[in-house]
Amino acid sequence: MTGEAPRPSTGQAPLLSARDLRKTYGPTTALDGVSLDVRPGEIVAVMGPSGSGKSTLMHCLAGIVRPDSGELRYRDRDLITASDAERSALRRSEFGFVFQFGQLVPELTCLENVALPLRMEGVRRKEAERRAAHWLDRLDVSDVAGQRPGQVSGGQGQRVAVARALVTDPAVVFADEPTGALDSLNGELVMRLLTECVEQSETAVVLVTHEPSVAAYSHREVVVRDGRIRTSAGLSR
Amino acid sequence: MSPGRPRQLAFGVWLAFRGGVTGWTRLALTATAVGLGVAFLLLAASVPNLLSARDARESARVDYLQDLDRRGDDTLLLGRVDTEFHGVAIRGRLLQPEGPAAPVPPGLTALPGPGEMMVSPALAELLSAPGSELLRARLDYRVAGRIGDEGLSGPGEFAFYAAGDRLAGKSGVQRLNAFGETGQGDGLNPRLMLLVVVAFVVLLAPVVIFLAAAVRFGGESRDRRLAALRLMGADRRMTRWYAAGEALAGGLLGLAIGTVLFLAGRRLIGRFTLWHISVFPADARPSLPLTVTIAVAVPALAVVVSLGVLRKVAVEPLGVVRRAGQGRRRLWWRLLLPIAGLALLAPLFGGRADTHGQLTQVQVGGGVVLLLAGVVTLLPWLVEAVVRRLGGGGGLSWQLAVRRIQMDSASSARLVSGVAVAVAGAIALQTLVAGVRSVSVQDTGADLSRAQVMASLDEGVTFTEAKEITARFAATPGVRSVTGNATSIALVADADQGMPFIMGTCADLREIAEIARCRPGDAFITITTEDDPEPPRPGQRVVVEGTTWTIPATATPVKGERSPDGGAWRGAILVTPEAAADLAAKPLRLLLYLGLDPSEPDAVELVRNTAAEVSPLMRVYGIQEVQVDDRFAGILRGILVGTVAILLLIGTSMLATTLDQLRERRALLATLTAFGVRRAVLTRATLWQMAVPVALGLVPAALIGTGLGLALLVMLGLPPHVGVANLLLTVSAGAGLVTLVTLASLPVQLRLMRPEGLRTE
Amino acid sequence: MSVSHTLLALLERGPRHGYDLKQEFDAQFGQDRPLHYGQVYATLARLLKNGLVEVDAVEHGGGPERKRYAITAAGVSDVEGWLSRPERPDLYLNSTLYTKVVLALLTGRDAATILDVQRAAHLDLMRELTRRKTRGDLADALICDHAIFHLEADLRWLELTGSRLDRLADEVRR
Repeated sequence: MTGEAPRPSTGQAPLLSARDLRKTYGPTTALDGVSLDVRPGEIVAVMGPSGSGKSTLMHCLAGIVRPDSGELRYRDRDLITASDAERSALRRSEFGFVFQFGQLVPELTCLENVALPLRMEGVRRKEAERRAAHWLDRLDVSDVAGQRPGQVSGGQGQRVAVARALVTDPAVVFADEPTGALDSLNGELVMRLLTECVEQSETAVVLVTHEPSVAAYSHREVVVRDGRIRTSAGLSR
Repeated sequence: MSPGRPRQLAFGVWLAFRGGVTGWTRLALTATAVGLGVAFLLLAASVPNLLSARDARESARVDYLQDLDRRGDDTLLLGRVDTEFHGVAIRGRLLQPEGPAAPVPPGLTALPGPGEMMVSPALAELLSAPGSELLRARLDYRVAGRIGDEGLSGPGEFAFYAAGDRLAGKSGVQRLNAFGETGQGDGLNPRLMLLVVVAFVVLLAPVVIFLAAAVRFGGESRDRRLAALRLMGADRRMTRWYAAGEALAGGLLGLAIGTVLFLAGRRLIGRFTLWHISVFPADARPSLPLTVTIAVAVPALAVVVSLGVLRKVAVEPLGVVRRAGQGRRRLWWRLLLPIAGLALLAPLFGGRADTHGQLTQVQVGGGVVLLLAGVVTLLPWLVEAVVRRLGGGGGLSWQLAVRRIQMDSASSARLVSGVAVAVAGAIALQTLVAGVRSVSVQDTGADLSRAQVMASLDEGVTFTEAKEITARFAATPGVRSVTGNATSIALVADADQGMPFIMGTCADLREIAEIARCRPGDAFITITTEDDPEPPRPGQRVVVEGTTWTIPATATPVKGERSPDGGAWRGAILVTPEAAADLAAKPLRLLLYLGLDPSEPDAVELVRNTAAEVSPLMRVYGIQEVQVDDRFAGILRGILVGTVAILLLIGTSMLATTLDQLRERRALLATLTAFGVRRAVLTRATLWQMAVPVALGLVPAALIGTGLGLALLVMLGLPPHVGVANLLLTVSAGAGLVTLVTLASLPVQLRLMRPEGLRTE
Repeated sequence: MSVSHTLLALLERGPRHGYDLKQEFDAQFGQDRPLHYGQVYATLARLLKNGLVEVDAVEHGGGPERKRYAITAAGVSDVEGWLSRPERPDLYLNSTLYTKVVLALLTGRDAATILDVQRAAHLDLMRELTRRKTRGDLADALICDHAIFHLEADLRWLELTGSRLDRLADEVRR
């Protein structure tokens, strides 16, 4: 194997630390004892077939869904016991999200969409839009700033979504099939820009995907199957 | 950590205004709908001022309280010369100043000079209209000016002040040195008051429901938007404030639109005359407390409703989870409201309610509100219970419609709850009014075959003059018969008692009593019943018009007969002029009964003109077989008009909701069309989708409405009475609305069904 | 594909004669190319010399003498090492991977782990290629993409096989 990826040191304390997470939806077990650490600046691909529980894992890590049992900490905060307001505040200031589609507010312009998380934090409109414009520029979609999500292409829309996820300078970006609705070229562009941006800001990424070529942008991958993480370590263990 | 609530609210308002074309359309729709409701509420809030301004003007010109004995520099003689022309009531006064300081009635700057009159704008118009020749001949004065607004009860009032002439000493003429009164007039009759309370509640309840419906426009896209905000880190509380802010935007904008609509509508209001009542636009000032209430309550309602809607859904970062629809709707709490309403009304059933009491009015108002609210709560349950049992059998359009309703019966029920409440309220009101009316219509006992019109002259004429006047009426075209009596009051000496004194020829007297034999010089006394005061006795000394006179000893008792107007003379002295020659020369009151030729349509007008020629003070009025408090006919008409107006209001909201739904299902419609489903099928499905819930809504509405109306009747101690015609009319108005809305939504639906609709994003 | 590792793994299920081994190999993997007797005996001789198998018994019957071979402890650990070592990601390696998966199933090892190990190896190479691609020029990108897409096809196969392991286990053990 040639060259080692510029991987963040494993000695650092994990940002997110999950132990033995379990989550069931009615009769279906979505997570069946999952443990995972995410360290600062690390890009972790969560892979697995559909229905394996990889999205549920991401939703738990992001504080969107509360696991039934297990331990889950973000830095020194316990996400299991955190209230909705506390978890929402984390999403607002510490996390960013890029989904396959539908996360942009169709009524707002792309610039307003990117500025939205800042405005929810109470940043003044002018300042929020100035910072939003900066991120649109970094993702090379300044030209669609004044357009609404419905008027731009899928690739541009995803780049706007990435800009919005990064505008608050989050510690972790959660990306769920960010290229799922895009062709290879546009998917590649989105992934390249995303990874470039987070590399500079030491932002960790939890990247849920079933596409190996997307997972290839990660530093390491975990595979979820039947609600459990498959380790790639030795055979006889 | 999180920004304060005001900022979140403001952010929500900002969101509402950032909608692009669709967002703006939605906001405009909500705001317009809220605006319509607000305009309606403002109008209702103006009613108190409207009434008090009218009262103030009317009491400022009151002229019947004074009658001074001595003339002075500041006195004015006033004669009432009200008349009627082709069914239009005209208020008329003759004014004759007795000195330079004579009072001038409100609305005039100076008294009319000799031969002049001042007229209201409405009368001026009527006078100059073609076909008013008879009126012009009757009011034979030169028009010297207009009566100002402050002297009129409303812009549509017909009134004139004319110069009087030789009014002094005439009976019926008053001497006054001032216009106006300080006290207040008699209020509405308590039954009418109750009616007004119920009417307000019934008319405003659908407006409130309408407001609530308007706030929900575009709810689904709002939910999506909120979910996106949740993902970005809005917690539940923030989400609620954003939603509240968005609703507030619609509410506030609606408030502004409503104010504009109200101000614009107010300028038109002066052009209409309803129930003989017209109002000045300037008087339609919403009362301050009510306006403040509206200004606070409407946005608050918008916020409360949108928060209430949010309560049923959990807006989570990953989307919206509907909490409703799980499990069956429970019936028991839905029955609480109507039961509470009945409980409030029940104690009043015992007998006649103390309808004067404010508490009672609150009780009735509250009971009615709760019962009507019961319609709203019961409807979703009923729609679901019935729809669940509907099969998907039948045509494809039926199947599509039924399955769609089954999927979300609550929104179907919401769609029609406004219609149901409006219809229920209207029916209750109509039942009540029709019931009250059936009692108020009284048989007067008049005999129209003998005479149709009465004319009276109070100013005093001698018997000879009376006969002369009678002859002039007999010569008037269209008059078939004239019976005349000269009447007065005979005062019993040393006693505070008066009895009717009637002088006439034998033929005249026979019209009012059963007289077998009569020759000139005879006198009669009509017999009395026990209830009457002491009857006159032959030989008794009485004073008539200041002259002492002895009832002839020969006066024979006779049985009084009903006069053509239904009254009966009891305890009256009837004399032939020969029996009291002194009195025949005295000024007596003249009372004429006129039989008219039905083939002459203007006979009444001609009679009025003859009367005006005889004396402006002579009064002419029709005899009616039944006396109808004609306010009720007007009220019934008004209810129907109000109901239709409210139904149209609701129709706009139904249309908006339907269009909203259609737009959301655009892709589905296009796909179905692409499959080859005929458009007619889809259109019919839309019709069914609305018609089924409306039908389900109208049935309980009709039942509750009728029940409520009957309950109110019983409360008032009136016999139950159901007006089937009005009921059917109202129900079909509701049904017609559905058709109208479906038709109105058709163009959009057809456009959405084009295969191009398949292209999304 | 390593015949010696394959025969060794087959022996792990129990001592066998050379002839039986050939039969079994052909049944599981020799669809297009049955093994020659000579290759079997040559391989066994080499394994014997390296101490990975031992002669369990010799039968003297009517014909030539027949040796029965058994795997040694060293042989077992050799099999284990081979199975758990990912193949170098390369083109068309599915026949080797297939063999490994079947052998794992036959010897009662966790076949899914083999797939996981292989996926990790594939992804590492893909990462390397992706990095090279994003830093290089268009020619680099095109070349890397070609390799990436082929690796991706392998990964798809790994994924799909992972989902079908239960059915495969039933079939090979029949």
